Amino acid sequence: MSTLRTNTDNFMTIIVLLIIISLIIALGFLAAFFWAVRTGQFDDDYTPSVRILFEDNDKQKTN
Amino acid sequence: MTVTTAQQHKHKPLHKDTHTCYHCGEDCPPSPVLSQEKHFCCEGCKTVFEILNTNDLCQFYQIDEQAAFSLRNQSSTSYGYLDDPKVQDKLLDFTDGKSSRVHFLLPQIHCASCIWLLEKLYQILPGVYSSKVHFSQKKIHIHYDEEETNLRAIVELLANLGYAPAINLNNLEEQDKPKIDRGFYYKLGYAGFAFGNIMLLSFPEYLGLNLHQDQFFFKLFGYLNILLVLPVIFFSGIDYLRSAWVGLKHQELNIDVPISIGILALFGRSVFEIISHTGAGYLDSLSGLVLFLLIGKWFQQKTYHQIAFDRDYRSYFPIAANLSKNGIIKTITLDQLVVGDLIVVKNQELIPADAIIKSGVAKIDYSFVTGESDPIAIPLGEKVFAGGRQVGTDIELTLVKKVSHSYLTQLWNDKIFDKKQDTKASTLALKVGKYFTIFILSVALATLFYWLPKDTSIAFNAFTAVLIIACPCAVALAIPFIFGNVLTILAKQQFFLKNTNVIEALSSVDAVVMDKTGTLTTRKKNNIAFLGKTLNSLEVWMLKEACGPSNHPKSQAILQYLEDHYEAGDQYGLKVRGWQEVIGKGVETDIGHHKVKVGAAHFMDSAINDKQKQEGVYIQFNGQIRGQFLIQQPIRDGLAPLIDYFKQLGPIHLLSGDNERERSYFTPYFEENNLHFRQSPKDKLQFIKELQKEDKVLMLGDGLNDAGALQQSDVGIVITENTNNFTPASDAILAAQSFKQLPDLIQFTKKSIRLVYGAYAFALLYNFIGLSFAVQGELSPIVAAILMPLSSISIALYGTLSTQFMGWRIFDSPATEATRIKNRASVVT
Repeated sequence: MSTLRTNTDNFMTIIVLLIIISLIIALGFLAAFFWAVRTGQFDDDYTPSVRILFEDNDKQKTN
Repeated sequence: MTVTTAQQHKHKPLHKDTHTCYHCGEDCPPSPVLSQEKHFCCEGCKTVFEILNTNDLCQFYQIDEQAAFSLRNQSSTSYGYLDDPKVQDKLLDFTDGKSSRVHFLLPQIHCASCIWLLEKLYQILPGVYSSKVHFSQKKIHIHYDEEETNLRAIVELLANLGYAPAINLNNLEEQDKPKIDRGFYYKLGYAGFAFGNIMLLSFPEYLGLNLHQDQFFFKLFGYLNILLVLPVIFFSGIDYLRSAWVGLKHQELNIDVPISIGILALFGRSVFEIISHTGAGYLDSLSGLVLFLLIGKWFQQKTYHQIAFDRDYRSYFPIAANLSKNGIIKTITLDQLVVGDLIVVKNQELIPADAIIKSGVAKIDYSFVTGESDPIAIPLGEKVFAGGRQVGTDIELTLVKKVSHSYLTQLWNDKIFDKKQDTKASTLALKVGKYFTIFILSVALATLFYWLPKDTSIAFNAFTAVLIIACPCAVALAIPFIFGNVLTILAKQQFFLKNTNVIEALSSVDAVVMDKTGTLTTRKKNNIAFLGKTLNSLEVWMLKEACGPSNHPKSQAILQYLEDHYEAGDQYGLKVRGWQEVIGKGVETDIGHHKVKVGAAHFMDSAINDKQKQEGVYIQFNGQIRGQFLIQQPIRDGLAPLIDYFKQLGPIHLLSGDNERERSYFTPYFEENNLHFRQSPKDKLQFIKELQKEDKVLMLGDGLNDAGALQQSDVGIVITENTNNFTPASDAILAAQSFKQLPDLIQFTKKSIRLVYGAYAFALLYNFIGLSFAVQGELSPIVAAILMPLSSISIALYGTLSTQFMGWRIFDSPATEATRIKNRASVVT
């Protein structure tokens, strides 16, 4: 009986711990999202997709 | 993404030895510009190529083959005013004296190559640290070193590359900082975060795990949920509460009222349950509700960055003028001009304020102000009005009015321009909100009084449950999802609406007013044909000499025709001895021993009897009629079916600032009494006001002279050849190539209103199911948590799919034109 009680106690501690951890992680993602919005990463949703396709041959002569 | 291609027409070469321009790919004129054995159509194109070539940037031509555009029509502007520290102060986003940041609107941006080239400015101009393009806004952000380069050098480089920045009076008056509503993203992000986490904490409840025994968990989860949900209501959802409050203060029950009642009922009931340990509450439903509402709003808030709906004359007017003081010409900004200043206006420049002509030959093109397309010659000492464009040589003017008090700009003092943009509000949502609120409140009160004598706790439960479940989330989502989609589909047809309220307004118009020049007729190309034997090279040269000095559109059209169809022509050593233009008749010139006359039939020496062809421009060499040019200002394609459609809607009127010379073109389309010519911008506004006493008016216009009418009308549509161009403030912008689609487009908006009603029926069905649980006091949190998102998601799906299908049926399906017209007729009646 006493072992069962201890198990339940442990179980509860673990759950509480996990919940706190999960909330902290979720808050971390929320903060990351807010940071991304604040630095303007959501302002332009088209140009970066084009820009990434350019080859970076600044100094070479083309054709 | 691109709204129009830069190259609007690539006609086939007419002669075998015609070259195409190496830069823009258009046909070169008979004597092309040469550089490095390559042919160019103009100096502008050559300059761009040379800049690219010396900087190893020729990859520009490969990234996008349609990248380059002709610079033949680019006017050369002096950017001297950019050296003025006051101007710089207005334009720069940031400066510390050493380095500066600035952004410009470059309407020419249209393809990947543009992005590539513009972000390589640092390779061309030393001193530029970086340049970054925002494609959909057509803006470039430049960071540069003040010691190595300056603003003027950067702007001149951009202009030389063909990307002349749009710098106008607007930049002077207010900083057009990018107005990005980032707050909305925060709200949406937080609502999503809270929704997920509250669901997680509510999981034991969903699975039926009995945590009630474990008071600790029960309390912990409950209080955590309350903590998480507070910002959902007071940050993410505050706009709904606020809007409901404003509505109530104006004694209006808008759709946000029942939503706010739902939010507050959910919150109050949940907090009560959690604190009294009687239940887990409905906080998951609450955060889900706010999240879905915000997603709907996001969907509805599509903005077309490249298109601005709120332009006034300031977007048309240049930023600076040439002030002449003691013989020295200096560029100063328009806001520094005072009455009495002497200014110089060059060819193709706008007159910034009402003024009197001091010297020079003034030929003013007032098409901006009046819609009249022929330039008018104005003698010395006479008054000219702001907004006119000088054609020809430089003129000197003395200002008699300030810029903002001039004839044209005064139009913007009309109180119609003070009206808040939101006055054209969604009547549909207002109507629904009203009946909905009354309905829920009566059901909720009925439930309360039914249960009260029997069981007070059930009475309280059932009362709040009704308020919760009846919260019209699905109803509120119908308009955003359906109309949001309609905006996207219309934009694909090159028809851009300012917001979703325009859809409703457009579907209910019953009178149509149209402008003439630029709206029903195109400004672009003249439809011109030559009747007569092919001209020889001397005749070609003589005709060019005769028409060249004249700015009459018909002369210009003939010149263009000769450029396109003939070689340069040969002078044979002859000299021009005299030239004169007879207003309203034509031009005549003496070349060597030849007498050349070009003009109307009654200008010719011998009478012309052919009645049919009197309209044309005749040419006469030495008293002999040589042939005739037929020139017609072309009416847009599809005008006849468009007029037929509008006639079904209600009365149609033509309002033109032009004179009556083209009346005959329009008599087949309009009733004689509905053709109105010589209308000033103010007259047009007044005319619309009169019509509005009985009808909802749709105004089709294109220029600044229609600005008042467009603003006054219930729906103002601007027709533009190029959506990059500045257009006056309006509710919608239609690309000229979609002009004949307009009946289909309006029809589509009418049908989308029906779809909204369908969605309402759908949403009410869900509400009745929920209500049947609620009135019995049996609404468990899990039923609420399932029913609410389910109804929202199904409405969103219904809205998206039904509008897509409708759009496909109207615009893409292979239905014949005849059945379409038939369908239209049936809906209208």
